[in-house]
Amino acid sequence: MSEENLTPKKKGFFAHIREGLSRTREALSSKVENLISYYKEMDDDFFEDLLDVLVSSDLGMKTAEDIVNRVRTQVRKEKVGDPQKVRQYMRDAIVEALGGIQDYELPRPAIITMVGVNGTGKTTTAGKLAAKYKAEGRQVILAAADTFRAAAAEQLTVWAERAGAPVIRHQEGSDPAAVVFDALASFKARGADLLIADTAGRLHNKKNLMNELEKIGRVISREAPDVSQEVFLVVDATTGQNALNQARVFSEVAHVTGIVLTKLDSTAKGGIAIAIASELGVPVRFVGLGEGIEDLMPFDPVGFAQGIL
Amino acid sequence: MAFEGLGEKLQGALKKITGRGKIGEADLKAAMREVRLALLEADVNFMVVKDFVKKVSDRALGAEVQASLTPGQQVIKIVNEELTALMGSSHARLTFSSKPITVYMLCGLQGAGKTTMAAKLAALLKKQQSKRPLLVACDIYRPAAIKQLQVVGEQVGVPVYEHGTQDPVLTAQEAYALAQRNGYDVVILDTAGRLQIDEELMAELERIKASVPPQEILLVVDAMIGQESVNVAKSFNDSLGIDGVILTKLDSDTRGGAALSIKAITGKPIKYAGTGEKLTDIEAFHPERMASRILGMGDMLTLIERAQQNFDEKQAQEMEEKLRKQSFTLEDFLDQFEQIKKMGSMAEMLAMIPGGNKINPEDIDEKEMARMEAIIRSMTPKERRNPDILAASRKRRIAKGSGTSVQQVNQLLKQYDMIKQLMKQFGGKGGRRRLRGLKLPL
Ligand SMILES: Nc1nc2c(ncn2[C@@H]2O[C@H](COP(=O)(O)OP(=O)(O)OP(=O)(O)O)[C@@H](O)[C@H]2O)c(=O)[nH]1
Ligand SMILES: [Mg+2]
Repeated sequence: MSEENLTPKKKGFFAHIREGLSRTREALSSKVENLISYYKEMDDDFFEDLLDVLVSSDLGMKTAEDIVNRVRTQVRKEKVGDPQKVRQYMRDAIVEALGGIQDYELPRPAIITMVGVNGTGKTTTAGKLAAKYKAEGRQVILAAADTFRAAAAEQLTVWAERAGAPVIRHQEGSDPAAVVFDALASFKARGADLLIADTAGRLHNKKNLMNELEKIGRVISREAPDVSQEVFLVVDATTGQNALNQARVFSEVAHVTGIVLTKLDSTAKGGIAIAIASELGVPVRFVGLGEGIEDLMPFDPVGFAQGIL
Repeated sequence: MAFEGLGEKLQGALKKITGRGKIGEADLKAAMREVRLALLEADVNFMVVKDFVKKVSDRALGAEVQASLTPGQQVIKIVNEELTALMGSSHARLTFSSKPITVYMLCGLQGAGKTTMAAKLAALLKKQQSKRPLLVACDIYRPAAIKQLQVVGEQVGVPVYEHGTQDPVLTAQEAYALAQRNGYDVVILDTAGRLQIDEELMAELERIKASVPPQEILLVVDAMIGQESVNVAKSFNDSLGIDGVILTKLDSDTRGGAALSIKAITGKPIKYAGTGEKLTDIEAFHPERMASRILGMGDMLTLIERAQQNFDEKQAQEMEEKLRKQSFTLEDFLDQFEQIKKMGSMAEMLAMIPGGNKINPEDIDEKEMARMEAIIRSMTPKERRNPDILAASRKRRIAKGSGTSVQQVNQLLKQYDMIKQLMKQFGGKGGRRRLRGLKLPL
């Protein structure tokens, strides 16, 4: 199969980002816009409606209330009378909830493990990341540690070809920790910079599957104790409040170091990422904006906040 | 299990409605705030929540409280009824075409679980309906999607038709022709995941639909989806006219508000649910059961009523004591059987108990209850108190004594363990308090 040119609707990098984010913005901005023109002054109803806007973006009640309360306090304190100003306050509060502006640089060398529930975009993101860091001059190896899902290794192999990176794979049904072990050997032998391990999708409430992930982590710590370990939890932006449970459990078991928020090219707002970042303190590192190899962007909290309001 | 937790929240909210007689407006408002919160936390779409809360409030305010119920219980009853009304009342089956070949088209967002579900559905139809299904690979975009379908197709022993990455409309047509020639009676199209706003790809689905008229277009939705469920379902329904929904990943701990939202917005029934990664993990979706599972408190009202009719307080307290100490033995189990028999069937009971939904009612039949009773009666009191001592020889004796098999004895022990587990949960934090309040026998 040669799908290189089959990725649906290939567009330029920026066109994608613009489009993806603007959809997010459109949906919400118009709501906020309506609110603002409807309310002459900011009474409780105004804030209640603002809360609805956030809730409809999947922030979850708790995070949404936190943000609205913070803004309300600020507005009262500073005696702001202009609803327009509230938007900027809200954006600021969202950026703050997201942990502020951070410059993220992947350590070199590093090992990334992609984890998450089924179908969120782990394999795709592994491919995108491989391509990104390859282009930046790193020597990248992919490990097909999803030995469970049908044709998962084949899928990753296609991405490896696209990215021009070698892939270490075993037979379907074999031990994923063994794949990682072999990949680490190859990583060391080649003196590579970056190993990206794609793991099988698993629900966080399945204890034995989570244990398997723990085992992979142990193998990496044991075999490459000096290499920085990143564990990226891949979260589908269309996910609701359950993503918070996902983040909680995956963090516990697999020591998640960052979130990749995928499918932001959809109409979903991905507000749950704000809840995750603010409640668990796990930073968002990248966003996925489509199915093409270049549809990956470093996470920009300011842009994201603008996308929401 | 999905849907856990919402019930507890709702109960917490409704507990605040105290006193007897009419439902007070202030009480109701406070409780409804909690209901709203609980539903939103469960990812029910916020517009759907608004409607729902309004409906329940209107009804609750006007309602005469039944003599046997507290106002709080009355509100539970209304919430339950409205929820059931929203979800639909009975399992909506798949329909078959009057033509020799029935086509189902699976569609949905990326990563929803279409390919796995296609294989599960094929396996189910083959096994339960003795159909001869053909799976068709119409996802030409995602790397190795065709291969994935081939692998799962092989696992369930259903052939897969693919024609590389050519236009999936052609592939679908070729598959249909092949089915005609070779006597396949069901054709299942696995289409590529796509965003509902992707006009080009939505048009592709419309073209497939036009070329091999599907009997049913089934929208596959991840049960963990958030507020967007409504937009997604509405768009797919508007452009394709879906016939039903399949929820996947219901074995997660999502509260699954999407189920409610989608039904409310499209009016289309949820027909099946995926409940695991194995290709046999597919279940017919029973909205009426699911409505009570969403509440997580089952049909509490019936249970309350029956319990009040059948139990005296002292007994309930004793049992609670045992629960607390977690010294629930097979002897108690036997006692419970007697009580339960007065109240209704075991399956009924389980369905009514909060958390009882962890045990599939279909796993327990009435004959089995009689069998279980016989087995326990064949044990010595010592064995009943401490089943751990049941070595193989003892099990053989018990099996013989009760006219059952060792396997069935083991099965009983397993059931007992399950119930003990369940009890442990009741015995835990909130559960105990709840039990005391309700004076339940269990
Ligand atoms: N629109 C869109 N689709 C995406 C994005 N990222 C991944 N996908 C699609 O989502 C689907 C699932 O992606 P995968 O990479 O296979 O997800 P996964 O997490 O590896 O899935 P499992 O290994 O089966 O758990 C594929 O169809 C991808 O093309 C994104 O940012 N936007
Ligand atoms: Mg994968």
